[in-house]
Amino acid sequence: MRLGVVIFPGSNCEQDVVHAAQTLGIDVGYVWHGDTELEGFDAVVLPGGFSYGDYIRCGAVARFSPVMTEVVRFAERGGPVIGICNGFQILTEAHLLPGALLRNTGLKFICHPQPLRVERSVCDWLDLPEGTVVDIPVNHNEGNYYCDSETLRRLHGGGQVVLRYCEPDGSLASGGSAPNGALDDIAGICNERGNVFGLMPHPERAVDPLTGTTDGRPFFTAIVERLAEVAG
Amino acid sequence: MARYEVYVTYKQGIFDPPGATAERALSHLGYEGLNSVKIGKYIQIDADADLATVREMCDRLLANPVIEDYRIVVEGEA
Repeated sequence: MRLGVVIFPGSNCEQDVVHAAQTLGIDVGYVWHGDTELEGFDAVVLPGGFSYGDYIRCGAVARFSPVMTEVVRFAERGGPVIGICNGFQILTEAHLLPGALLRNTGLKFICHPQPLRVERSVCDWLDLPEGTVVDIPVNHNEGNYYCDSETLRRLHGGGQVVLRYCEPDGSLASGGSAPNGALDDIAGICNERGNVFGLMPHPERAVDPLTGTTDGRPFFTAIVERLAEVAG
Repeated sequence: MARYEVYVTYKQGIFDPPGATAERALSHLGYEGLNSVKIGKYIQIDADADLATVREMCDRLLANPVIEDYRIVVEGEA
């Protein structure tokens, strides 16, 4: 199992992802945005950052990078793809995930550890029990998830809501627990098939005990185990 | 060569934090009767392209149909 981490111009979390993977003993390598193949990679990470300066809209330009044609093809074949923060924004712009990420309602760039509740979902990337609360940093200006009501209904119905912002005890505040105004406190969603996962929080920053928590580890280890099972 | 002026704005019902902030600031400055202030994008394109092509540019890259509407004004020769 080899994890590919895509570098776009302006990505800035790719080394964190590589460090996290290496800490967990996962074979990992970089993929350049100009590459036109993903040969040798079994799962792909679109890391955080400010791809192409976030000009026009976050992820709007990155989506047309040469490598994205191959990422879309890989995802359509069932290949596991995770987009973290800016990577999540790129996945929505590329229509691999529904909805969009708007400016945070509070106008602040937010950067702090954030409790998140694991929902029951079809996501291949996570196998934590429903209701598990993890503490993982958020670090973004445009993390306010939005989609129309029909899409929201489909997300809930299809088990595609993977993570929600919550209070430390796992409850949801009546006025919303999202620090960015996200619809229904949504922090992470997956596609219908469960192989494409996008989330605003940064699990790669919660792997090494040096940085506080190790709650981010399952976000990388579950997919490794799943691929090992598939490979038999 | 034609000049196209493209205005990209949030769809109705989508909260626009910068617009809301401008509205509050104007109100603090004493301006009354403000109903709403919205902030969008202005994009000027000078090109040998027809309107259909500029629409395509908007649909593919300049606006996100999930959250934004756009309006194109053709200004004639650039």
